[in-house]
Formats: sequence, C-alpha cells, structure tokens
Amino acid sequence: MNIKKLFLAVAATLLVNGAAMAAEKLRMGVEAAYPPFNSKDTSGQVVGFDVDIGKALCAKMEVECEVVTSDWDGIIPALQSQKFDFLVSSMSITPERSAVVDFTNPYYSNKLQFIAKKGVDFPIDRESLENKSIGAQRATLSGTWLEDKYGIEAQLYDTSENAFLDLSSGRLDAILADKYASYDWLKSKAGQDFEFKGDAVEESDKIGIAVRKGDALREKLNAALQEIIADGTYKKINDKYFPFSIL
Amino acid sequence: MNWEVIIKWLPRLMQGATLTLELVAIAVLAGLILAIPLGIARTSKKWYISGLPYAYIFFFRGTPLLVQLFLVYYGLAQFDAVRESSLWPYLRSPFWCAAGTMTLHTAAYIAEILRGALQAIPKGEIEAARALGMSRSKALVHIMLPRAARIGLPAYSNEVILMLKASSLASTVTLLELTGMARTIIARTYLPVEIFFAAGMFYLAMSFVLVQAFKLLERWLRVDACQGR
Amino acid sequence: MNIDLYGFGPALAAGALMTVKLALSALCLGLLLGLAGALAKTSRNRPLQWLGGFYSTLVRGIPELLWVLLIYFGTVNGLRSFGLALGVGSLELSPFAAGVIALGLCFGAYATEVFRGAILAIPKGHREAGLALGLSTPRIFIRLVLPQMWRIALPGLGNLFLILMKDTALVSVISLEEIMRNAQNAVTVSKQPFTFYMVAALMYLSLTVVAMVALHFMEKRAARGFARASQ
Repeated sequence: MNIKKLFLAVAATLLVNGAAMAAEKLRMGVEAAYPPFNSKDTSGQVVGFDVDIGKALCAKMEVECEVVTSDWDGIIPALQSQKFDFLVSSMSITPERSAVVDFTNPYYSNKLQFIAKKGVDFPIDRESLENKSIGAQRATLSGTWLEDKYGIEAQLYDTSENAFLDLSSGRLDAILADKYASYDWLKSKAGQDFEFKGDAVEESDKIGIAVRKGDALREKLNAALQEIIADGTYKKINDKYFPFSIL
Repeated sequence: MNWEVIIKWLPRLMQGATLTLELVAIAVLAGLILAIPLGIARTSKKWYISGLPYAYIFFFRGTPLLVQLFLVYYGLAQFDAVRESSLWPYLRSPFWCAAGTMTLHTAAYIAEILRGALQAIPKGEIEAARALGMSRSKALVHIMLPRAARIGLPAYSNEVILMLKASSLASTVTLLELTGMARTIIARTYLPVEIFFAAGMFYLAMSFVLVQAFKLLERWLRVDACQGR
Repeated sequence: MNIDLYGFGPALAAGALMTVKLALSALCLGLLLGLAGALAKTSRNRPLQWLGGFYSTLVRGIPELLWVLLIYFGTVNGLRSFGLALGVGSLELSPFAAGVIALGLCFGAYATEVFRGAILAIPKGHREAGLALGLSTPRIFIRLVLPQMWRIALPGLGNLFLILMKDTALVSVISLEEIMRNAQNAVTVSKQPFTFYMVAALMYLSLTVVAMVALHFMEKRAARGFARASQ
C-alpha cells in the first residue's frame, strides 16, 4: 500500500504542476507553427514577426508579457477560456470570427496565393482546379476559400508546415497559402522548385489581433499599435523579416 | 444544445462515417490475411523463423499508431527513391497510406492473438490429426486454423472495435473520416460540443452494430460449444 | 551512423519526460475511476450497477482522440460559466489537464472491466470468512479483497498502461509538448520527417520496454507466496 500512496502523492504533485494557473501579467497567444510569423527555435523559444509585434505592443503599454502557445484549431476557444489575453498569430479578420471575438485594427495585410511547381502551367479557374489536389491549413481563410469560391474540397492540414511537406513530396499539386508566410519556404531548399502562380486571389485579407468580446484591451492595443507604427518600431520589426512593407 | 447545426451537418458526418467504415474494413481484413503467416511463424521454435515476425510485432505493438502513420505518410515521402517507385501512386494517397498503416498495425496485434490461440489448442486434437495420417500442413489448414479462429474470435472482435476507434487518427493526415469531418465542421461553426457529440454517437452506433455482428458470428461458428473441454 | 538531430535532442528528452508525467498522472486517475466503476458494477445497488455499466460502455465506444478533443474544446464554455458562478474567475483546462482527464477516463473504463473480473475471481468464501471474524465491510475490502484483486488484475492493468503510454501521443493534437509534438517542431525546422518520427518511435519503444520490465517485477512481487495452478 505504501507504493500506492507514494504513487498517488507523486501524481497529485505532477497534476498540480501541469495544470495552467492564471498569471497577473498579460499573456499573448500564438500558434508557434507558422514561420516566419511565429515558430519555435531549437531552444524552444517562440520567435517570429507576430511575437516581436506583441512584445513591442506590451512594451508600449508598459505591461509584462508572456507567450502562450496553442494549436491553431483551438486558438479561438483558448482565447475565450482565458488561456491568454490577446491573440497575435496572423489571424485574418473575417465576419465569422468577428462574431465570436473582437479584432484590433490590422497590423499587416495578407494575400492568398497559389503555389505550385515551377515551369508548370497553373490556370486558376474552376475546371482546372477541380482535378487537382490542393492543400491548405484547416480553419484558415485559405482552407475555406476554395470551398466557398469554387465549391472544391481542399486537403486540410493541422499545420501549414505539413501542407508544405506534402507539396514538396509531390503529394499535392498546389497549395493555397498566405503570401508572406510562404516567402521563407520558397527561399529554402525544400521550396526552390516551386513558385507563386498567377496573381494573388485574395488581396483584401487583413490580419488583426484578437481579444475577447467586449474586452477593453482592444482600445489599449489599438493605441499602442498606432504608436509603434508612428515611432518606427513597426518598420524595424517589418524590415527584420521582409524587404518590403507588409502593413 | 444547438440541434439545428447537428441536423444541418448530418450528411457530411455520414460521409465521414462511411469513409471510417471503409478504412476499418480494409484494415481488419487485410490485416487478418497478413497476420496468418506471421502468427504461424511466431509459433515456431526455430529462431530464424520466428525472429523477423517477432521484431515486426514488437515494433508495431510497441509504438503508437500516430507515430506509425506519420512515419509512413510524411517520413517515406521524404525519399526520392520512394517517390520514383511504383508504389508512389498508393503512398501518395492519404487514404491508402492510412489504410496501409492501419493494416500493418493491426496485423501485429492479430498475429499475437493467432499465436495465443494456436498455442491454446488442446494438444490432444493435434495429436489426433497427426495420428490419422494428416501432414503438418493439412493438420494446420483443416484442424488448427479453424480451431484457433474459434478460440481467438472474441479477441479478434475486440481488435476490430479498437481499429474502429483508431481510424479517428486518420484525421491527422488530412483524411475526412468521421473525426476529420467533425474537426473541419467545427473549424467553420465554432460549436465543438454539438458536433463532437454527434460524432461520438455515430461511433457508438457503429461499435454497437459491430458487437452484435460478432455475437451472431460467434453463434454461427459455435464458439461457445468449443470452449468446454 | 551519424544522426543529425538539428539541436532538438534536449527538446525530445523534455518531451519524453512530459510523456511519462502524463502517463503516470492519467494512470492514477484511471485506477481510481476503474476501481469505482468496478465497485459500482459489482454492488447490489441496481442504479449503481447501471451507472458503472454506462460509464464503461460509453467511454469505451468513443475513440480516445475524440475524448481528448471533446474534453479540451468542449468544456470551454461550461467551465467558464462554472468558474464564474463559483466566483473564482474563469476556469480553464490546460492541455496537460485535458489530456490527463481524457486518458484517465478511457483507462478507467477498461480498468473497470479488469477490476471487475478480478473481484469476481476471489472466492466468496473469503468474504464470508471475513464477516465471520467480525470485520466491517470496508475492512474486508481493504484487507482481504484488495490485495488479492491487485495480484489478479495486475497483468490486465499492465497491458492497459502500455496502451495508455502510447495514447499519450494523441495529446500532441492539442499542443502538449510531449514526444510527438516536439518531433513535429523539429520536423518544421529540419524538414527531415523520417529521422525525427523514427527517433520518436524508438523513444516510445524504449519507454514500452522499461514499463514491461517494471511490470514484470511488480507481477513477480505481487505473486510471492502464491502457487499457481500449472498451465
């Protein structure tokens, strides 16, 4: 029986340590699987454009910030259940999402574009797309765009990285992804045989920071965002990742 | 509980459930076929016959199905040799990758069930078969395997139910079986409780049907008559 | 053979530790639930019997992955309102807690059957002897039934634990940083899925072997002084 008691005691301690506990400082939520906007480096640190923006905003608001990760599917529920206080993870502002969360002003603009093998013709109309296998990340604008626009079912992935893996292995004919997030991959060894096809199919996509409905934090974030754009902090972060402005 | 949403998406969930059943059917039947030589080889006392099957069974039973799926789906696609081989049209498709991995996975478990069943056959029956002049292979086919099938049937039916539940992992490699379909619907509607509830009910219904089907099969094969000795 | 882990070695090791933590925590919850379920099923109280059966059948009929997703996502609204009603502010389930609850729930449903079989395997005479000696029901259970039941149930429970340990990989889906999740992070950076998933597989294999060895010794210890009927 002693072994059992020890067992129970150890487990109880582990459970307490493992359970999340509310913190006093502000917590920002990121997916950490979407380079170069948010990803994990080898030491387990979360890095990326989104993370830098979030930290800059916190510095302007003069609060301490903590980074919390979540998988993409559950990131809005996580915000709602207060696992973190604001979501800065390259989330597009859409009517469906605005019904459940509030967004700040956009902090960058996004375009959706198809990526496929170099040297291959890729017309973007209903008939041609119908016979191809096209990948996208689940629960993203790309994921629903194909179905909404053309009624075609895309192959849906848990992370954009897995979609890229399948594109480079030839399993997918193309993927529909965010333009800026794909730049990095196209420059890498895995992506060198691929290129953007045609023009961006969606140009009005705006990326905002999400907060819980009715949260006053939105105004504070908006004010801080305006300030970092005005005083050049935004440009510094932008230039670190992209040779052009993405605002 | 938002019932309208469930009713609205019911057809898509049914689609997913159909795919689930396809995956499970292929896995448990192909797995059974694969497991027969494996299980028989495992009963051999010679290390060079039982060695390789043992390693196979050890690997597939000792690692999670999720890891096996990712190894086959993402891992194999990494190699040019695989992409240029004749298997590529199959390995390219998420369906065949998932079905294939599930087959390999369940074959390991069924092989162990078969081995246990073969070793549980009363020695007297085997001796009687040999005494009647049956060769080893004849005894195997006519006496041992049918007997082992009846002994192992309850465990095999368990394995089929487990495969039904394991099929939900196919959603991690883009397959829109029941769980994958549910996750996709939830990504659009933000109503996890309703959709997961509906998916859960589908799984329960499918398990129930399978359990009843196996009960009928057991009665047909007269499994209970074989138990007493 | 030189395997380049792209610097993710420590991350994978940390993942292994998390896997073990998750498995052990879920085991404790599962053992409690399984025992409760078995007692309910073998009790003379009809509603209790039904409750035990309902728990066992319902949980075993739904995939573990679905339970993990359901408990993590589905409890968001309920917990939030519950916490606010209690006045403690919004309650939340971390991926770890959700994983422990889901896996513990599933383990408990199967363990109910294992414990039930073990309880039924103890000759009625033992309980009657206890009553004859004037022992109270709880005492009979703790001193007579439990030790014997433990020995009989151990192989079955051991099997369930091995399955539990492999099921911890499912919690990677809700972003818990255990072996599978860390392997995926490594793949994102290195683009070498085969290497990292093979390493992950080998890690699970090693954990399985360690657990099997530990179980072997536990079975030996539990069976000490007990002669088995020959096979």
